[in-house]
Amino acid sequence: MRARLSELHPIADMDLNEAQTYISASLHSLFEAFQRVPGSAVLIRYVRSSYQNDPIRSAIELILVIFFVRYLLSPSYPTHGSNYIKLREDEIDELVRDWEPEPLVAERTAFEESEAERIPVVVGPTGPKVKLGNGRTVTNLASYNFYNFNASESIKEKAIQTLRTYGVGPCGPPQFYGTQDVHMQTEADIASFLGTQSAIVYAHAFSTITSVIPCFCKRGDVIVADKMVNYSIRKGLEASRSSIRWFNHNDMADLERVMAKVAEEQAKKKILTRRFIVTEGLFEMVGDCSDLPKLIELKERYKFRLALDETNSFGVLGRNGRGLTEAQNVDAEAVDVIVGSLSGPLCAAGGFCAGSADVVRHQRINALAYTYSAALPAMSAVTASETLNVLQCNPDILIQCRENIRAMRAQLDPRSDWVVCTSDPENPIIILVFKPDVIQTRRLSIEDQERLFSDCVEESLVNGVLITRLKTTPLINSLGPKDTDVNIQPALKVCITSGLSKKEIEKAGTTIRHAITKVMTRKTNRLSGSGS
Amino acid sequence: MPRKLAIPFTGSASMPQPERTAERRPSQSKGNRLSQFFSSPKTREQPAAQPALMAMQSNPVPTAASTLALPSILLSSAAVNEHTHDESATIFEPLDSTETSLQRRRDAQFGPQLDPAHSYVSMHHGEPLEAPVIDEPPYYYVLTTYISYLLLLALGHVRDYFGKRFSKKPLYKTLKASNGYAPLNSDFDSFYTRRLKLRIDDTFARTTTGVPGRYINLLDRVSDNFNESYKYLGTTTETLNMSSYNYLGFAQSEGPCASAVEDCVQKYGLSFCSSRADAGTSELVCEVEQAVAEFVGKPDAMVFSMGFVTNASTFPALVSKGCLIISDELNHASIRLGARLSGAVIRSFKHNDMADLEKKLREAIAQGQPRTHRPWKKILVAVEGLYSMEGTMVDLPGVLNLKDTYKFHLYVDEAHSIGALGPRGRGVCDYFGIDPSRVDILMGTLTKSFGANGGYIAADKVIIDKLRSSNAATMLGESPTPAVLMQIYASLKIITGDLVPGEGEERLQRIAFNSRYLRLGLKRLGLIVYGHDDSPIIPIALYNPAKIPAFSHEMLKRKISVVVVGYPATPLISSRARFCVSAAHNKDDLDRLLAACDEVASILQLKFSTGIAGGLKPLPEGVTPETEAAWRKANGLKSVEPPRWSLEDVIARGATDAKLRLR
Repeated sequence: MRARLSELHPIADMDLNEAQTYISASLHSLFEAFQRVPGSAVLIRYVRSSYQNDPIRSAIELILVIFFVRYLLSPSYPTHGSNYIKLREDEIDELVRDWEPEPLVAERTAFEESEAERIPVVVGPTGPKVKLGNGRTVTNLASYNFYNFNASESIKEKAIQTLRTYGVGPCGPPQFYGTQDVHMQTEADIASFLGTQSAIVYAHAFSTITSVIPCFCKRGDVIVADKMVNYSIRKGLEASRSSIRWFNHNDMADLERVMAKVAEEQAKKKILTRRFIVTEGLFEMVGDCSDLPKLIELKERYKFRLALDETNSFGVLGRNGRGLTEAQNVDAEAVDVIVGSLSGPLCAAGGFCAGSADVVRHQRINALAYTYSAALPAMSAVTASETLNVLQCNPDILIQCRENIRAMRAQLDPRSDWVVCTSDPENPIIILVFKPDVIQTRRLSIEDQERLFSDCVEESLVNGVLITRLKTTPLINSLGPKDTDVNIQPALKVCITSGLSKKEIEKAGTTIRHAITKVMTRKTNRLSGSGS
Repeated sequence: MPRKLAIPFTGSASMPQPERTAERRPSQSKGNRLSQFFSSPKTREQPAAQPALMAMQSNPVPTAASTLALPSILLSSAAVNEHTHDESATIFEPLDSTETSLQRRRDAQFGPQLDPAHSYVSMHHGEPLEAPVIDEPPYYYVLTTYISYLLLLALGHVRDYFGKRFSKKPLYKTLKASNGYAPLNSDFDSFYTRRLKLRIDDTFARTTTGVPGRYINLLDRVSDNFNESYKYLGTTTETLNMSSYNYLGFAQSEGPCASAVEDCVQKYGLSFCSSRADAGTSELVCEVEQAVAEFVGKPDAMVFSMGFVTNASTFPALVSKGCLIISDELNHASIRLGARLSGAVIRSFKHNDMADLEKKLREAIAQGQPRTHRPWKKILVAVEGLYSMEGTMVDLPGVLNLKDTYKFHLYVDEAHSIGALGPRGRGVCDYFGIDPSRVDILMGTLTKSFGANGGYIAADKVIIDKLRSSNAATMLGESPTPAVLMQIYASLKIITGDLVPGEGEERLQRIAFNSRYLRLGLKRLGLIVYGHDDSPIIPIALYNPAKIPAFSHEMLKRKISVVVVGYPATPLISSRARFCVSAAHNKDDLDRLLAACDEVASILQLKFSTGIAGGLKPLPEGVTPETEAAWRKANGLKSVEPPRWSLEDVIARGATDAKLRLR
């Protein structure tokens, strides 16, 4: 080894010499090049003098330079939280071994299980009378098939024609060749039906408003919303990250108070953000309707925009079913954003948002559920256009449906000792809640009420009338700890259809009333009510 | 380049050959059902499809055999009748014009396969899944791309600055506070839309009509005001459809699927008008859910009427506060929205990077929840099977390795991979030969491969049962329409071979072949292609922003519709065009596309690949991929040379080379 080193030594020595001369030569040339830069002489003189006269100062300056460079290179945000604990690899391994995750889903509760078993399975088409999985044919008062368009042969024929021209799915999102001429037609039809500038069709009604709200309301904006808004709206509000203020359900005075407060705060801070009122036409959870003229008046006074969810009122209220705007004689253009459903009484699928051209154009690229989802099947778009046309040409069916609503309410609201109807007289979805004194005397908790109504649904079905319950669980579960004053009441839901005669409706109403009475006077229920 | 139409007589010429009847049966069946439909619409309700489908719905297990036999017996006997008729007439009878136009219409939706050899089985061959090599063009292109964007942004801001102050145009009105209202959308939020997207807006949302099958009809439109609005000319253009997610070619208005849907509409009507929890649970939807579960290999499944909502509503039902979601950085917007609405903490890992995922997992488990350091309740890792903008597949074996160690729950979104991947079309699990039970939640959409709409979640029975009573979209959202359900059911049964045996397999093998053929061809032409070899999503790099509309327009000139995407759907510089291959395409279509790409890429200077990502000259005789390195060294070949094949060579060699290991 040593012999080899000594052998190599002279060569290495020579190399070193060469390298030295090369380095000094290149340094020299570099120095000369640097000297040619204007102002370099000053810098050199400065560094040289400070180095010779004050080594401490140059050291401090060097440290400062190093610190500055490090600061520049470090990420601008903390990579770990303030209480990050550094652990050794073997400690992490142990933690990984020890960690036992919870199962992906919790066990079903007993109530959920019994509810799942009670979900009726419909065999064949839906309609005023449906055949169930157990072979029985019952009166169907649980679907939103208010005008029984589902049975219309001419609309079916149109849908089949569309199928034979367009196939079923459009196989792509609207921005990428998923927009078909039928979608544009449907959008135009909705806009002209409502009397707005423009409209946009979504593929799913339930998620439309959830997507529309965050499209306009961003962080820092203010939304004033009714406390009883439905689940979709709540999720939309959540997704928007805006600051949310609540007003008491349908309380215009409270709304004005909240709006005035917002306006005052912003005037004081001299900021102007987007401000929205979000409310529903017919409330899904209560069934009553908003006071639109008052809303418009307030919105214009305090410079808010209004987003109205007409999911339950479009196709229902007004002479031709144009919704709340028609029913309360308000120009649809006065409402900034109208959201509605095509999947309920219109028997199509999907939802829409109507408004000014700017409002609609903005959504085409910014609304998540529109941009990132496949377009509506052409068949459904055509069906929606067709049913809108029927509503427009033939408003008599609405009158017939309303007569049925009246007949049903007469059987339930004044005559029942147990329940009271909270829904609007023109709302075909009749919402029945327990009378306050029933809840009080029996001390019924929310769960008790849910269970009792579930029994009522079951009892009514045994007697040949299919009704349903308001599904409050998703909404109640999504409430935060701050929403203690949101009083969502379990309810029965009876959906009227014009496909039944007045007699049949009255008969069904009697059945429902008796079913409720029977459940409420059951010995076990009486005992459990007073016992708890 | 002129379109090559399939010669209408080839089908009839091959008819009398008895050994070919088996292959021909599917297309024959379509014709038969179709003629049945057109000749006697009234009698349709009684005989063929209706009892078969009704039998399928009422009790699927025992009648599976009869379902299988019923249509095929009917059809083959009908086919035989036609044969004898043909043979008895000795004089050559050309197809009458209506039949020719019908055949043309059928072919426009689903192209005939030119050669049975044009098929391939999509499956993984065992080696660890490597990330595809990302090629980069010379610096010149990168630099000019940055400069272009800089110019666009600067110009946009200058125009905004002056426009807001001096212009009276309505465009600026929405950006300014007026009449006490804040602007509807802030100029910052809408800057991209107004200043970048609007310039190339005519390449987006092109209105179509008819079936988005092999060809797609675009409504011709022009804009006089720089894409502010369009004027429709009232004419249409038939273009080759490389844009729809019609992977298995089920976008058809004819054939067994459409017939089944028609019967279904006759029977069930248009809608169930109700949510699942109220009165929207039809026996049809239960049947479809069972079929979907069986197909993906899970005990139970639930279907939704929209794919986006499937994700957006399932995450909140699975995880909540105190849980952690670790999500791939390129996951779809619906996953991100669902994750956000769930209230769980969200972290992301680098796209398909297992090392990074492991790092994130170790850190998460070691540190626990922020501030409290409590252990996480559960960790849910969310990945997609096939990424729609990249064409990459998830490294599922890699993820599952980590899952065994770190005990997280796994959510795989198969929006694009279901139907499109795997020897039996059952998604990434099928592709990698992995037992689906190892993945906790399999989600997918029914929009793409099935030609329907909606999405599904498949999992163990316990999970699905719980989700049924906790998922908001099931309880409150509308249930899928009968037409959509039947489209899912019928297409599913075709894929599995229960309906029209053989056709499903043909479709699966055709898309696998088409994907590889086109990918290889584009690479050989010298384009930069992203993604894994077997992916039917084939993005090519464009880089400069001006090339986005240019590529789209040049392709449209050649009657091909393509999707082009730029920032913010992709990273700023790597704007791309995307081809979605379908089983409805045949080799002629892909050759037509390759020829167009060859021309356009030359015009737009898109042939800038370096060869590191493939498209190389084939190895000489006797050299295998394993001995390639030694051979290169022996012959003094240092670096790979950029592939710039001529179009003739690409087409001539592609069909055989696409079935080998791509290089």
